Parts: sequence; C-alpha cells; structure tokens
Amino acid sequence: MSDVTYENGGGAPPGEDWRRRYWKKNVRLLVVLLAIWATVSLGFGVLLVEPLNNIVILGFPLGLWFAQQGAIYTFVLLILVYALWMDRIDKEFGVDERPAAEGGDSR
Amino acid sequence: MSSMQFWTFLFLVLSFGLYIYIAWRSRVKETKEFYVASQGVPTVANGMAVAADWMSAASFIGMAGMITFMGSDGAVYLMGWTGGFVLLALLLAPYLRKWGKFTVPEFVGDRYSDSVRVIAAISAIVVSFTYVVGQMTGGGVVFARFLGLSAEWAVVVAAAVIFFYAVLGGMKGITYTQVAQYIVLIIAYAIPAVAVSQQIGGFPIPQVTYGTILSELDALRTEFGLHEFTEAFAGRDGGQLDVFLVTASLMLGTAGLPHVIIRFYTTKTVRGARFSAFWALFFISLLYLTAPAVGAFTNLNLLRGAQGSTADELPSWIDPWADAGYVTLNAEDGLIDTVSNDAASGADLIVSNDILVLASPEIGGLPAPIIGLMAAGGMAAALSTAAGLLLVISSAASHDIYYRMISKEQATEKTQMLVGRLAMTGAVIVAIFAGLNPPAFVAQVVAFAFGLAASTFFPILILGIFWKKANAKGAAAGMLTGLVFSAGYMIYTLEIFGTGANDHILGISPEGIGAIGALVNFTVTIIVSNLTRPPSHEVQEMVESIRYPSQQTTKV
Repeated sequence: MSDVTYENGGGAPPGEDWRRRYWKKNVRLLVVLLAIWATVSLGFGVLLVEPLNNIVILGFPLGLWFAQQGAIYTFVLLILVYALWMDRIDKEFGVDERPAAEGGDSR
Repeated sequence: MSSMQFWTFLFLVLSFGLYIYIAWRSRVKETKEFYVASQGVPTVANGMAVAADWMSAASFIGMAGMITFMGSDGAVYLMGWTGGFVLLALLLAPYLRKWGKFTVPEFVGDRYSDSVRVIAAISAIVVSFTYVVGQMTGGGVVFARFLGLSAEWAVVVAAAVIFFYAVLGGMKGITYTQVAQYIVLIIAYAIPAVAVSQQIGGFPIPQVTYGTILSELDALRTEFGLHEFTEAFAGRDGGQLDVFLVTASLMLGTAGLPHVIIRFYTTKTVRGARFSAFWALFFISLLYLTAPAVGAFTNLNLLRGAQGSTADELPSWIDPWADAGYVTLNAEDGLIDTVSNDAASGADLIVSNDILVLASPEIGGLPAPIIGLMAAGGMAAALSTAAGLLLVISSAASHDIYYRMISKEQATEKTQMLVGRLAMTGAVIVAIFAGLNPPAFVAQVVAFAFGLAASTFFPILILGIFWKKANAKGAAAGMLTGLVFSAGYMIYTLEIFGTGANDHILGISPEGIGAIGALVNFTVTIIVSNLTRPPSHEVQEMVESIRYPSQQTTKV
C-alpha cells in the first residue's frame, strides 16, 4: 500500500522530493506499529493463546491476559507513540500546524 | 416505591436534566456547527465524547455479561472493539480530518464519484440503523427492571431526550452531552467493580485481583456444567478460526463505522485528531479493561450464590429479574445443578447476558444508590451512542443525499438546517419503531453492524487514502460485492426476514464474516481499478494533499 509514485503526471514537481520522503517515513512508522498491533492481539491473543496459557502470572494464564488486558494496554500505547512520533516527523519536514500559520503560509 | 427504585429514578432524572441543560447551552444555528461542531472541540473533550459515542449499550450492559459466560473468548469483543481504534487512529482519522468536510459519504463521494456517494450514504444509514436498534433495546432493559416500566416506555422516553438535544444542538450539543455521559457511565461502571474487587480480592483494582479468583471460578464453573473460564475457544462453536475472524471483523468494522469516524472531523487540527484518538482509546480502555474483571467477579458471585441451594433458597436479587423475564428457573424443588445463559439449554438456572452488569451490584450485595447509579450509567451509554448514530443517519440523508444530490448544492444555509433537523426527527421516529420491535439480543444486533461496516466502508476508505489509483468503478464494485457477500452470509445463517437458519460454513459465525467481506471488497476494488481508467488529476492531487497536515513552512 506504500505505492506512492508520481508516474501519473504532476504528482511531485521537482524540488518536492520532501513529500516522498515524508510519506515514506509515515508509512514505515505505520507498518512497524501495525505489526506490533497484530502480534499482541491476533498473534498472542488468538493464535498463540493456548501455548501462552501454560505460563501463569499472578493467577492469569498469559494467553488470557494478553487477550483480555495486555492487547488493550498495548493499543493505547501504540496510538500515543504514533501521535508523538508524527509530531516529530511533521516538525522535521516543516508541515506541523501552528495556530498562527493558518492561511497565510505561502511557501 | 422501593429504595432502589427511588435512587434509580433520582439518578435518571438528574442525569437527563444535566444532558438537557447542556444541550440548551450549546444549541446551534449553522450547518458547520450542526454537523462538525465548528471544528472547535478540544482534544481531551473530544476523546471523552468519542469514548461515550463509541461505548454503546452493548459495551456497558452486554459485554461483561457475555464475558461471564464465554470466558476467555469474550476477548473477541475486548480486542475487536479497541483494536479497531488503532486502525482508525493510524490509517483514517488524521487524513480524513485534513480533508475536513462533514460526513463519511462526502469523502468517498469527492474521492470517487456521486454514485459511490449514494451507495455510501445508504450504507451509512443501514449500518447506523442496525446499531441504533441495539441502543433502544439496551435502554429498555434498564427501565423494565429498575422502574418497573415496560420496555416500550423506555424507548419512547429515551427517544424524546435524544430528540431534544440532537435536533437542537446537532453535533455540538451531542458532543458536550457525550462528555457528561462519559463521566456518568465510567463512574457507574467503576464504583461497583472497585467495591466488588475489594470485597472478594481484598484489593481495589479489579484488573489485578480477578486473576486471583480464576482457579476457584474454573472449579465452580465445571461443577455447574459450564466450560472453564480460562479455556480458550470453548465459548464459541467455531473454535480458533471463528475467534480469529470475529476479532478481525470487529476491528475492521470499528474503523469503518461512520459515527466514530465523523468525530475526528470535529477537532481543530490534524494533530488534534491524532491525540483525540489517543484520548478516546484511553477513556475507552478504562471500561474495557474493567469489563472482564466484572464478568469474572459476577460469575463467581452468581455461582457461589447458587452453590448447594434449591430454587427457593436463591439470593433475593433473582426474583425481580425473573419477574421482568430475564432469569428463568427450571429446578422447581431440587438443587440448582446447572447454570446457563442459553434459553434453549434447559439448565436449572438460566440468566440472560444482558442483565449481568446491571445486576452485578445486587449480586455483590452493594447498597441501593450504587444500583441506581448503574441504571443511569446504562442509560448514558445507550443515549450517547444513539445520538451519535442518529446524527450520521440524518447527515447522510440531509447533507449527502438532499444537499449534494437533490439540491445540487444550491440550498440555502437555512433550508439545509431545516432539512437536517427534519431528517433527525425522521430518524428518531423510525428508531422508536425499530426499538419497539427489536430483533435478537443487544450485542448480537450490534455485531452485525460491524460486519457490514467492515465489508463496505473500511476497504475503500483505506484505498482511497493510500492508493491513488483506486477509482470510482472499483470502489462501487468493491462496496457492493462486500455488502452482498456479508449480508448474504448473515441472511443465510440467521433467521431473519423469515428465512431458515443454515449451518455455519467452516464454523464461521455471521459475526465473523465481515473480515472476509472486507477482503473481498479489497480484492474487487483493486482488480476493477486496475482494469479501468485511473482517477482524474484533480482527485489524485486531493489524495496527495490530505497526506500532509499543512503547507510546508520551512524548506527541508
């Protein structure tokens, strides 16, 4: 899905190479975060739940804990990491939103 | 009037009064306020509003009850309904906010074509509608039990309250009442959970203590003919494959539900949309992490109460629920040997999923005010979600179909507001009728809405943002095949519209079909788009533009 080429004409004029780099960074971050997302939920919580259940911590079989608790903690963290990381990428490329910059920012 | 009825009545009146007051304070005059609250909602407030919008009667009333009986596999709802938020936050919310208009059909209409807009508007109405019915039924449970009123009354009163603030305040009124509703519902959910955790586990954090009772619970469940709580894949007939697909369907459906997506149009900035998603899931997780603990504790209390007792000796909380028709006793004289939630099981004691959360304070022997608070919380959950859904239905009808298609964007601001309010009125009236004749039980009805959202909206929204070559023909074909495929399987396996129920293919339940429907939609959209002409230059530019939060201010 990271298919961002400009062969259809007009996508990125010369000197707008930053767009491709920005988008690439964005997509790479998404892929990493979604891989973790799938691993803790569909991986640990569903596919591997039975082997993980053999490990018991504080009364919780580990597979059950991931399915009912761990996956959700991870989800919350993933979105926070995403929002913070995107802030950094936005700043790096100068596309972050500043309240004062509204409207009057011709390059 | 018993003291429980008094407290319930008091809390309901207080909370309804609060909602109406807020609605009056935030009444609106313009369409931008009506549809997206002028895009001026602060991040944390929006997070709370999304959380209340999102957590329906099914989450509040039904979910812990289902976990009580399904045990480990109840996690499909926990992971499905929260995991979808990650998809929403990462793949949809920021981009749709950047594009920044009013509705979901509007995005696909601008991105693809007018015919896709119409299909999307109709799907939005159908999906939201299935979901509203669940809220109405949920409200009915609260009224029937705590006030001794019939479920019909519940539907009418709930609809009247929603009508008042939704028609008056549109998105703005709905957003600020939802903030209040979130606070009411989370307090109502947390207090009994903490109290029961302290009582049984000796420590007030239910997420930690419910681990310590699992082995006792497993033993008790075996005694009463239930599968062990901790045993995976025993709660669903379809086994691992079905659990996998249901989880995936609920995740994709969550990300494709129009009433949640539009909430991210209301933030001030793209950055605001990202952080709103974080706050939303944070607030949601407070309830979702508590739900399995509530399920386990309630189950333990229920079985301890039934252990070694005859029908006459059961705890007193059972009687009023039995009178309201949610608990059935089959053991006329002998001991209670079997417990189930399935009316067809013929077990000695049959308890409906829908009552377990509402009854948990009583089952745990907590005082009357807490029980009343629980009722107010249940109503808050039902009202907040219903209002959000009604807004989607009315905006699809008035903005996408009337304003964009019928009036060709010529209608004046005043006419638009009138049509918006009329559409909202119409939606409320239809919801009342549907609520009076509800199909199946609360959570199940809602689960179908997810399957349909997953197989229609999710794929074309994702492709619309991440793949420039996705075109109108592809999207239309993909949505229609996805819809026909999933709805077809649901009709095939369920007794609706008077058709007989057929066996599940490969054990896949109708709730899990949405994941496959989404795959079908993705495939069809990609194939058809590749075979037909790519979208116009302007559309590709639009896709390009939504990928960056703002114009570049400094050269890199």
